[in-house]
Amino acid sequence: MLKFRIERAPSPVWMRPLLPLLAVLITFVVTSVFILLANANPLTAYYYYLTSPFTNRVSMIEILVKATPLILTGASVTIAFASGYWNIGAEGQLYAGALAAAWIGTVVGGWHPVLAILAMLLGGFLAGMVWASIPALLKVKLAVDEVVTTLLLNSVIVFIISALLNGPWRDPVSGWPQSPTIADSAVFPKLIPRSRLHLGFVVAVVMVLLIWFILSKTPLGLRMRASGLGQEAARFMGVNIQRTMLIAALLSGGIAGLAGVGEVAGIHFHLIDALSNGLGYTGIIAATLGGLNPFGAGVAAIFLGLLDTGAQSVSRSLGVPIFLGNVVQSTLLLVTLGVFMLQNYRIRRV
Amino acid sequence: MFAVEMRGIVKRFGDLVANDHINFELKQGEVHALLGENGAGKTTLMRILYGLYHADEGSIFVNGQQVSITSPKDAIALGIGMVSQHFTLVPPLTVAENVVLGYNPGIRLNPQQIQRRVAEAAERFGIEVKSDALVRHLSVGERQRVEILKALYRNARVLIMDEPTAVLVPQEVDILFETLLRLQREGLSVVFISHKLNEVMTICDRITVLRNGKNVGTVFKQDVSQSKLAQMMVGRETFGVTRQGERIQGEPVLRIENVSAVDNKGLPALKSVSLEVASGEILGIAGVSGNGQSELTHVLSGTMKPTSGKILVDGQDITGADPATITCAGVGRIPEDRHGGVVGELTVAENMTLETLDEYTQNGMLDRKRMLEYTNTLIEEFQIKARPTDRARTLSGGNMQKLILARTLARQPKVVLAAQPTRGLDVGATEYVRKKLLEQRERGAAVLLISEDLDEIMALSDRIAVIYEGKIVGILDAHEATPEKLGLLMTGAREVVSHA
Ligand SMILES: Nc1ncnc2c1ncn2[C@@H]1O[C@H](COP(=O)(O)OP(=O)(O)OP(=O)(O)O)[C@@H](O)[C@H]1O
Ligand SMILES: [Mg+2]
Repeated sequence: MLKFRIERAPSPVWMRPLLPLLAVLITFVVTSVFILLANANPLTAYYYYLTSPFTNRVSMIEILVKATPLILTGASVTIAFASGYWNIGAEGQLYAGALAAAWIGTVVGGWHPVLAILAMLLGGFLAGMVWASIPALLKVKLAVDEVVTTLLLNSVIVFIISALLNGPWRDPVSGWPQSPTIADSAVFPKLIPRSRLHLGFVVAVVMVLLIWFILSKTPLGLRMRASGLGQEAARFMGVNIQRTMLIAALLSGGIAGLAGVGEVAGIHFHLIDALSNGLGYTGIIAATLGGLNPFGAGVAAIFLGLLDTGAQSVSRSLGVPIFLGNVVQSTLLLVTLGVFMLQNYRIRRV
Repeated sequence: MFAVEMRGIVKRFGDLVANDHINFELKQGEVHALLGENGAGKTTLMRILYGLYHADEGSIFVNGQQVSITSPKDAIALGIGMVSQHFTLVPPLTVAENVVLGYNPGIRLNPQQIQRRVAEAAERFGIEVKSDALVRHLSVGERQRVEILKALYRNARVLIMDEPTAVLVPQEVDILFETLLRLQREGLSVVFISHKLNEVMTICDRITVLRNGKNVGTVFKQDVSQSKLAQMMVGRETFGVTRQGERIQGEPVLRIENVSAVDNKGLPALKSVSLEVASGEILGIAGVSGNGQSELTHVLSGTMKPTSGKILVDGQDITGADPATITCAGVGRIPEDRHGGVVGELTVAENMTLETLDEYTQNGMLDRKRMLEYTNTLIEEFQIKARPTDRARTLSGGNMQKLILARTLARQPKVVLAAQPTRGLDVGATEYVRKKLLEQRERGAAVLLISEDLDEIMALSDRIAVIYEGKIVGILDAHEATPEKLGLLMTGAREVVSHA
């Protein structure tokens, strides 16, 4: 009888780029059952899944549009996790940034667009920071576990926003629970005409470069990595863990806040309570898939953007239920995580 | 026929050859010592035998049969067990649960049944542990016994012990040796890794010496002496290092006044400790482990706050200060657990400079070039076997200790705080570390040496303070201190008023 066993051995370097493909393949096999149940041909569905985002200019650009907030939340989570601060609150910090942007966007009416947009970015960054500072201060002053507090605060801000949108801020024109539309001067310019790709993408790329620079080129970054990789030893070597974590937490919150600004100023032009729907959590996946490397997280975010785009067109063109796209996407996430974990193992015959 | 035979084993890590065509033979029923300097490749060889690493070349025979060992599971199936220095027990579980963990036929655990079975096994192998005790309540020595029982329970006929005595107090070492000798009589073969030559001469039948990844010889105990072994290991003769010359009467630099502290369970661990260390002297702190040495080290290192008392360095109050402030005040610290002194995932250069990063910063950016240059200088000066860009965790114990030593001593600290500085180090490295500490004394530093190794304390110290249950129970001048006197104090026999 043939016997196999799994042993620990990192996969060769040439295999790494193939891993996402492997994950896609496994996912398709697993999910074909559901697609058959929905009376569609799995092969056609997958053909659409993979190719449709690339068949036209609009959806190709749409990949980057979808990736923009994920690059930011991925970067946000990366800098926090790399410093040993387990920020699960990018979702809430994104909403804080969005809230600030939605408000600033309504008061900068007569301003020069450059000033208005700078005010939006700055305000969103600060709002994310402020929201992140609550659990961060609890952590460094009172040693309250940040995983719990950051997570809880996500729901809190969604409730606050809901209350605002259904109360004082309800749009008087439409009557919908959404904030008034932001001024024209506050709207992010488009990077490509007749597309949704906006300035936020540039901001995202700049943030990736920024945290890469901080983490690998500055003393602060080295201290951050030291406290993330070995907190006790770092403390012994005189790293001020509290301060380092606080800075990481605030930066992380600020960057997540920028993701919220982008969604308001580049996509929706007002605040709605379903603005994010999990972008902050998906950022955790991007950061993890990217191996807590800023560029890795960026690439992972674009990959996730591709999935998102593909999922939408599959349900649109095949008439299968919309949630089938989500099933495929979530399965793919799980499989990808699994494949990335398993890349450190090899199967051998004994 | 050998219980285990390893032939032509080669293991490379990048361009470093950790095992270079090693042949190793373990006879049935012998205790076989594996000796060698830090980084000689002992752990690597045994990890290959236990399936944790995979050899690049070579073959392994168990009871004459060629085998392929790709995981610890294979090794266990072949009757090979390993007790590593870092235990793999689950603290909240009981001894019995830990022993059967991962080795229970079927899915259901029947607590009474496994407890009885484990208790029987403990009885049969003559290993003294309570099978229903929670592992987190056990001492280090007891945990080690659980590890041994765990291996025997899996029918190990070959037991690998990697530096088992490094963490034990003398009484526990005696118990371990009794156990091993009894198991040996029942046919168990043991590979025993240690840096302590007297232990090796006590318990082993044959000795294999590795140097730079090569086997430089396997000898019978009766054919060698300790100094011959030391020579085989380091390739030259070694001489013990001892303090020379009388102490120059310097000014007190480190003053500890009535310092008390509690341990991590909140129990009093230091009770009003007062000590003074003068420039140019080594003050040794002797004591059986667990009598407050750890807490004293932590309090002085800035990793634990005292509950009362005062600590002064050159008049500067550093009581309860953080590590950075203490370093700035001129205290060089060698931690008792070297893994707590370096971040394993960072590089050697990063670990070397993290304490003083501001000196390697230019325009807000790290000056990597200068970090590497500085590290290279220290690597050369302190003969560290590593490259600046290696991750610190890949260094052998001795080289990691040298890294910490280099980092600390290169800054010429006024006070040197050395806690267990030679724990787990080979004879050559031990000699080296002791020489460095004496150099610090010559230079005029105030050295506080905390060690459980009485020989080390006696060889280096100008004065010896004995700590017992968190109190300093006596301070003796080096020439009035004898092992007997110290031994009495260390066991709390009587209190001696200081007249040193
Ligand atoms: N995982 C690894 N990656 C890279 N190098 C390694 C790794 N493990 C060990 N080495 C290197 O291999 C050499 C042998 O290491 P090993 O741990 O076997 O030494 P040792 O004889 O057990 O030393 P010690 O007495 O200090 O425990 C060392 O130079 C070490 O730095
Ligand atoms: Mg070793």
